Amino acid sequence: MSGRRIFARPARFAAIAPYLWMVLFFLVPFAFVLKISLSQTAIAQPPYVPLFDLTAGWEALRAAFAALSPDNFKLLGSDDIYVFAYVRSLTVAVTATALLLLIGYPVAYGMARLPTRWQAVAMVLVIVPFWTSFLIRIYAWINILQHDGLLNQILLALHLVSQPVVWLSTDTAMYIGIVYSYLPFMILPLYATLAKMEPALEEAASDLGAPPWQVFWLVTFPLSLPGVGAGVLLCFIPIVGEFVIPDLLAGSNSLMIGQTLWLEFFTNKDWPVASAAAIVLLMVLLVPLLLYERVQKRQLEQGR
Amino acid sequence: MTDELPRTDAAANAAGGDAHPAAGQPLLRIEGVAKTFGTFRAVDGVSLDIKAGEFFALLGPSGCGKTTLLRMLAGFEAPDEGRILLGGKDIAQALPHERPINMMFQNYALFPHLSVRDNIAFGLKRAGMARADIAMRVAEMVALVKLEGLEKRKPDQLSGGQRQRVALARALARRPQLLLLDEPLAALDKKLRESTQGELMELQRRLGMTFIVVTHDQEEAMTMASRIGVMKAGKLAQVASPRELYEAPRSRWIAEFVGDINLFDGESKLRDGHRLIIGTRDAGTLVVAEPREPIGAGRFAVAIRPEKIKLSRRAPVSEAGRETAINSLDGVIADICYLGGTTTYKVKLDAGGMVQASVANSVRLDVHAYSLNQHVVAWFTPDDCVVLPS
Repeated sequence: MSGRRIFARPARFAAIAPYLWMVLFFLVPFAFVLKISLSQTAIAQPPYVPLFDLTAGWEALRAAFAALSPDNFKLLGSDDIYVFAYVRSLTVAVTATALLLLIGYPVAYGMARLPTRWQAVAMVLVIVPFWTSFLIRIYAWINILQHDGLLNQILLALHLVSQPVVWLSTDTAMYIGIVYSYLPFMILPLYATLAKMEPALEEAASDLGAPPWQVFWLVTFPLSLPGVGAGVLLCFIPIVGEFVIPDLLAGSNSLMIGQTLWLEFFTNKDWPVASAAAIVLLMVLLVPLLLYERVQKRQLEQGR
Repeated sequence: MTDELPRTDAAANAAGGDAHPAAGQPLLRIEGVAKTFGTFRAVDGVSLDIKAGEFFALLGPSGCGKTTLLRMLAGFEAPDEGRILLGGKDIAQALPHERPINMMFQNYALFPHLSVRDNIAFGLKRAGMARADIAMRVAEMVALVKLEGLEKRKPDQLSGGQRQRVALARALARRPQLLLLDEPLAALDKKLRESTQGELMELQRRLGMTFIVVTHDQEEAMTMASRIGVMKAGKLAQVASPRELYEAPRSRWIAEFVGDINLFDGESKLRDGHRLIIGTRDAGTLVVAEPREPIGAGRFAVAIRPEKIKLSRRAPVSEAGRETAINSLDGVIADICYLGGTTTYKVKLDAGGMVQASVANSVRLDVHAYSLNQHVVAWFTPDDCVVLPS
């Protein structure tokens, strides 16, 4: 009896640990942001009208509740800047994720088909860029893409172009940067699913008369869908909120939502609007997550 | 099983194979096939003919090359040397999907994302069969392997035995000229394995199809196959019927690999008509029948199966008895292993060696059963012995 208790307690604690984590590092900050988003700007420190001054008594609290307003959210809907920023973020994220899948899938597939000892080497090669700071790697791209940078030098030397091409501050540069930075996040989950797939399944398909392309489309690809889903989410969600890469590599005429947030927070000092924008972004990102979870749940139920 | 059974019909062969074996020609001819992985010669010059309608077993320990040979027949590996002729046509370099051969995989390799029905229909769809025909053939296959009612299940909703049936149905659906089975029963438990062995044999007979099964289980090979090829280190050591393999193994290694055996090393001393007299170190002088293929003088091993050795309390006395008991060895029971149907006695011979005798327990209450340390005579006739090159 007493022995069982000793084991039961840490187990119970372990079970609530993830919820504790959620509450501390997600729900509490989220509540703060939500609170700020319903407030108004003020020339103060912090720069918004304080709510819920618990020392001021019941009446003050009632007044504070009455003062809560969804004005900031209304502004987001009415001002084109924000709508454009959301649309652009989603467009960039969809395009970049599609590119990542197109590039990452063949790489992961090739890795999974390597002899076992070479797979470990390939794995290290995929992860090695993480050993250098992300920012330094993006600055390196600026170096490569600039007017007299490595890329233009090579293109000129090969006589592929007669004039240096403008790469920097274009969407192309931004996509290069995003695809480069997120590729490992696409490759690794894909590789994990493809590597554990039984090779006999592909052999069975070809034994039953499927030429190689049918083996891929009818067996390999459908069975790798969990990896595709994980890779797509792992890339899509952070790309929507991406700030550094578009800020450093893309032009400044159209902004992604991450950049807009930054402007509102630090240039305009409008924390309430920025908070509202952040909350809408979160809602937008929750949709694909919930969809993915539903699909996965359905697959699990089917498997039963 | 249904009465309308699919027959092997080369003309209606879903795979579109146009290889018609001519009369008298083997369905499959393997000619000097070899395969090397790095420096390891997995298959080392194998030649073999298999007739249409045969149930052939490739038997051997793991790593002997039997699976590699099977994979070359299926097309997953290309031989480095030699030819593989199916109905007279060389298919050694043909891709797997171009061969009228199907395989049942060791762990079945059922497509986990497809239902039982779609697994079975997979090969038929690839052959471009009409929808209605596919539905009919699938129903036929489902009935053949007794899976009615499970068509919509996914493989992970099936038991091991059911999965095995789906794999079999999927491989049979295209009516291949040749069906390859890679350790088809290894994943089943003993009881199920035995009943499935019987069903596989029955199916093969009824369909008149040619089966090649790879197995490491000699009992399985003996039970099912009409002919067995024993492989060792990439070579075929012997190709024979189960009986011949057991009673007339060609080498000492085969004798030891297939079933239990007593082996006594010795030297031939004398020839007496059709008998050889061989002096052994562990069992004294033994009289054995002369082997069919004459052998010269030198060192030999005398091999006797445990069930050929009879035990008695004292040496047989009658004239006739003495004639059959021409080899009688005195000894003491050193170990008793009761196996239900039989009991295996280990007898420590006075001459020094140890001999194993397997005795059928034909009487339920056997008051005459031998006990430990009891003195016995182990005897056998010259014809019970096989002489093998040492």
